Amino acid sequence: MVGAHAAIVGASETASLGALPQMSVLELHAEAARAAAADAGISMSEIDGIATARPLPLDVAHYLGINARWIDGTAVGGTSFLLHVRHAAAAIAAGAANVVLISHGESGRSRVGALGAPDDSATPVGQFDKPYGAVTPYSTFTIPAMRFLHERGLGVDALASVVVEQRKWAIGNPRAARTKPVSIEDVLAAAPIAYPFTKDMCCVVTDGGGALIMTSAERAADLSPKSPPVYLLGAGEANGSPLVSQMPDLGSFEGFRRSSAEALAQAGIGTGDIDHFMGYDAFAHLPLYMLEDIGFVGRGESAAFVADGQTGRDGALPMNTNGGGLSYTHTGMYGMFAIQESVRQLRGTAFNQLPDIELSLVQGVGGFFWTSGTLVLSNRQP
Amino acid sequence: MNPAVPVPTPETLPFWEGTAMGELRLPWCVPCGAPFFYPRRTCPDCGSAEIEWRAASGRATLQSYIINHRPIPAGDPLIIAIVKLEEGPRMMTNIVNVEPVPEDLTLDMALEVAFVDRDGQSLAVFGPVGSW
Ligand SMILES: [Zn+2]
Repeated sequence: MVGAHAAIVGASETASLGALPQMSVLELHAEAARAAAADAGISMSEIDGIATARPLPLDVAHYLGINARWIDGTAVGGTSFLLHVRHAAAAIAAGAANVVLISHGESGRSRVGALGAPDDSATPVGQFDKPYGAVTPYSTFTIPAMRFLHERGLGVDALASVVVEQRKWAIGNPRAARTKPVSIEDVLAAAPIAYPFTKDMCCVVTDGGGALIMTSAERAADLSPKSPPVYLLGAGEANGSPLVSQMPDLGSFEGFRRSSAEALAQAGIGTGDIDHFMGYDAFAHLPLYMLEDIGFVGRGESAAFVADGQTGRDGALPMNTNGGGLSYTHTGMYGMFAIQESVRQLRGTAFNQLPDIELSLVQGVGGFFWTSGTLVLSNRQP
Repeated sequence: MNPAVPVPTPETLPFWEGTAMGELRLPWCVPCGAPFFYPRRTCPDCGSAEIEWRAASGRATLQSYIINHRPIPAGDPLIIAIVKLEEGPRMMTNIVNVEPVPEDLTLDMALEVAFVDRDGQSLAVFGPVGSW
């Protein structure tokens, strides 16, 4: 049992999200980290473990003056932080760390202190995907979507429905990037980016950061945090293909199936027990894949489930209650923000707070169907 | 952004030598009796290093695509697609010889290969059968 012993005791995003040209990538990490530590009621000097995706954990640790005895630089795209939570729980259970900082900061929009793109023309991706223009998220991650729709007899409006439903959660949220209500017609009429994807079907591009503080469930009981702990009940991770063209099945991601099955089994629950779902939505097709691959709905049922409002406030499975990457924020690595919203919902502090929730599932995706991470979180100690 | 030019590695060189001669070559695993893609020194299914290079037919079907409207690499809409070769493996490519509109792009439509120069490397691209 990796999960049951560990808790998230501090969680915070940067004070602002959006365009933050006055802050470097490192300072975005640091601001979030300081806020998360304050939220936990823990001194920065107590942190003895650190996990970041990029820049390297040593860069962030040194900037903050942290002396770590446990270091994790797992970088598998935007779902890295879900894997960090899982790894940190294992480290805490093993006695390899007492208090772990997991932080994210990215100047996705302003590119201040950002890392350059590696020259990778000799990698498999560089040789067999990039020469054809599959070089950006919107021209690569998007390519399998037509197959998904085709196999299920769906039209492009299925993608637009996802945008419409998720936008409803962002309306009125001062921290969200896109807050205007939209119709299916509006979404389809938005500027074409990569057919069938219009601008509204692609995530926003922002600057921002977020951080988590984790410790043992026993230690969590002794803290006097601002907010109650959130317990990790189960977690899973899985790799896919680095080349989107080599996915075993273009209409389904086996990584989502594997990591979610492991997380649910570890938590000892089924999909029907989940009260709240955060599904990493860099593009509008991803929640459809996730709903089916995790098993919330049967194959071919995801689009109708969303269009019928089942992921909305009064639906069976409220999903992406912050507005998601499509409407809330997306720095380039959204997984941290999906976890933050689950933590807020379980603590009762979300902008769109759901009543009576105990179990939240976070499903992450890294790269372009490269990696999968799943967390089952709860406000009730197991 | 300039169009990306692939840089071969030792294990992929036979593929790129093939495209330079107008041939779409695939690595075949002898024990499995099946080709795979992208080229590797060992079979991703069984791990065997007993690999043979053979020319593929060049026939394929359209599996999925996007029509890119953003400037990578050129200004015109670019069809970026995943095709399934007759021999089984899938690969990324561009669809050419067809209008970049969804009405002319039917999934599972039949395609055939041709080769275009990209700064000294030859890239496999696909068009509707009979369009060359
Ligand atoms: Zn084999």
